[in-house]
Amino acid sequence: MALPKLKADATEARLAALTLPEGAAWATELRQDALNRLTAMGLPIKRDEYWRYTNPASLVAPEAPVAAVFDNGDEAPLFAGADALKIVFVDGVFDAAQSSDLSQEGLEIARLSDAMSADIHWVKDLYGKLESAGQTPVERPFAVLNTAFATDGIVIRATGNVSRPVHIQYLHENETSDAILHHVVKVEEGASVTLLENGPAAARFNKVTEVDVADTGAFHHIRAQGRDHERRAVTGLFARLGTESAFKSFTMTVNGVLTRNETVIELTGDDAIAHVAGACLGDGRDFHHDDTVFITHDAERCESRQVFKKVLRNGATGVFQGKILVKQGAQKTDGYQISQGLLLDDDSNFLAKPELEIYADDVACSHGSTVGAIDETALYYLRSRGVSKTEATDLLTLSFLAEAVAEIENDDLAAELTERLAAWLERRRA
Amino acid sequence: MLEIKNLHVKLEEEDKQILKGVDLKIGAGEVHAIMGPNGSGKSTMSYVLSGRDGYEVTEGEATLDGVDLLEMEPEERAAAGLFLAFQYPVEIPGVGNMTFLRTAVNAQRKARGEEEYSAGEFLKIVREKAKTLKIDADMLKRPVNVGFSGGEKKRNEILQMAMLEPKMCILDETDSGLDVDAMKLVSDGVNALRDEGRSFLVITHYQRLLDHIKPDVVHIMANGRIIKSGGPELALEVENNGYADLLAEVQ
Repeated sequence: MALPKLKADATEARLAALTLPEGAAWATELRQDALNRLTAMGLPIKRDEYWRYTNPASLVAPEAPVAAVFDNGDEAPLFAGADALKIVFVDGVFDAAQSSDLSQEGLEIARLSDAMSADIHWVKDLYGKLESAGQTPVERPFAVLNTAFATDGIVIRATGNVSRPVHIQYLHENETSDAILHHVVKVEEGASVTLLENGPAAARFNKVTEVDVADTGAFHHIRAQGRDHERRAVTGLFARLGTESAFKSFTMTVNGVLTRNETVIELTGDDAIAHVAGACLGDGRDFHHDDTVFITHDAERCESRQVFKKVLRNGATGVFQGKILVKQGAQKTDGYQISQGLLLDDDSNFLAKPELEIYADDVACSHGSTVGAIDETALYYLRSRGVSKTEATDLLTLSFLAEAVAEIENDDLAAELTERLAAWLERRRA
Repeated sequence: MLEIKNLHVKLEEEDKQILKGVDLKIGAGEVHAIMGPNGSGKSTMSYVLSGRDGYEVTEGEATLDGVDLLEMEPEERAAAGLFLAFQYPVEIPGVGNMTFLRTAVNAQRKARGEEEYSAGEFLKIVREKAKTLKIDADMLKRPVNVGFSGGEKKRNEILQMAMLEPKMCILDETDSGLDVDAMKLVSDGVNALRDEGRSFLVITHYQRLLDHIKPDVVHIMANGRIIKSGGPELALEVENNGYADLLAEVQ
């Protein structure tokens, strides 16, 4: 079926600006396959239902819109204190000098570009697999584009319980950088690993992370996207979960003009757990943040949990599209979804589209979505105790976000993020 | 200490007059009680004094040690030494009770130009005061008032009062929802704070609380005015006969 002209033209213009990276024959084949899929589906346009609340134009444009590098003064980067295997990308380019040696007990870890150039590599069986499985029932063209054109990334295979996290830091130094990175994580049976990510990455950043968690494996993920006011990002997090495995992902987003985070999880083994949470602080008319989540239950007694909180002010927009699909036979599913917007003024918007689609008859699924202002009674209560209006508002704002932050299991990291959120509130007010 | 003159208050949103000329003077170290039928304006008066939104003062004044209260923001009134123990303490999920207490105490100290407490110093003081109110470590850790029983919430109010050391304390139906033991505990907490420099205004429906917290003066409020003032015997009279006689007297 031919694509609508608008879509075909936009796709063609974008593709003209890209070339397939070189690699081993199998890698080129995988990339070519993705390119074929992309040409068939086309990149999104504003009229597409899945992009109804978020205009994809600046993500599709052949060139990345200019994004100034923000000077954050003497503020220390997040997770700087964590003992971690550190990997640094500057505008999407691996920086060996700033990175740790790519070796750690219980891990096989390499750059994607190296893995894709090797004649034989385990990543061959995974690269693009979860991404392409995640294209039905809804197409995710930016992820397909990523599989075709990703220049680099990190591939991680966890074979044991790795207590020291892998920390990827994305620095942004070039005002027009357009980065495409693709990570692949394979957690073997009974193994566990934690991935930390932070930084603005590039003027425009397209990132895909594929996570395959085998039976009884565990993957923890904490990510902070932020800082630079003008940056853009579209990310895809694709996960497949085996029996009794666990997947927990938390994202904090502050600043950036456009962020679209898609999370696609398939629970394929019985008794698996998937928790996805996000806390977002948006300020200003040009702030647009979109969480799009799709969780499929395809096994028995699995638990999924989505907790998304957005604080918006001065005309900022927050979007949540979250779906739980319970397939026939996925009995005893326990699904929970909450999305909430806190609007600090009359100009901001929170757009929510919660969905449940259930084909099994013995499941518990609940969802809620609310939008509101600061609770006046609570504000008065705090002020009557001597707390100033601004401090009380900050306290209640953090209290609103706390349910999402509480999803982080590591208390130190949760405290570090809370502190950063508090500092952000204070700085943005100044 | 607290002086209210001819205070008239209406609701901001509707044309409804709640207070219709309240006069009240409480001297330093005195304990006054206000009783009165439902809807007479007792709680409204406590809200207006502490600065809650939604009320409009149409006439009259209220001063604390000569300073105009009504022009101040709620937090300024608190820093000036006014405290209201809420009838319905507010639940604040996600804010730890201890964080809340420290933020409040330090905000007031800062506003008064005093040095803020360090975390260590503060912890020591809180623990001591919490102990006498039988507030355990768990209650201090939990989010403010979330999952607290009625009695725990009221004890938590008194703990805040003890920590903030205000000079003018208003207790809005602090006895409502309390069992006999909890009432004793709360009253002991209040009595421990009685001091020649500190005054109390106790709003209540029941004489029983006044057995524990002995007032110097009892006022009867009805229809937005104080219709009668007297000694503690006035509370007994209400307990025995209700308000009908008193209301009839003034009409």
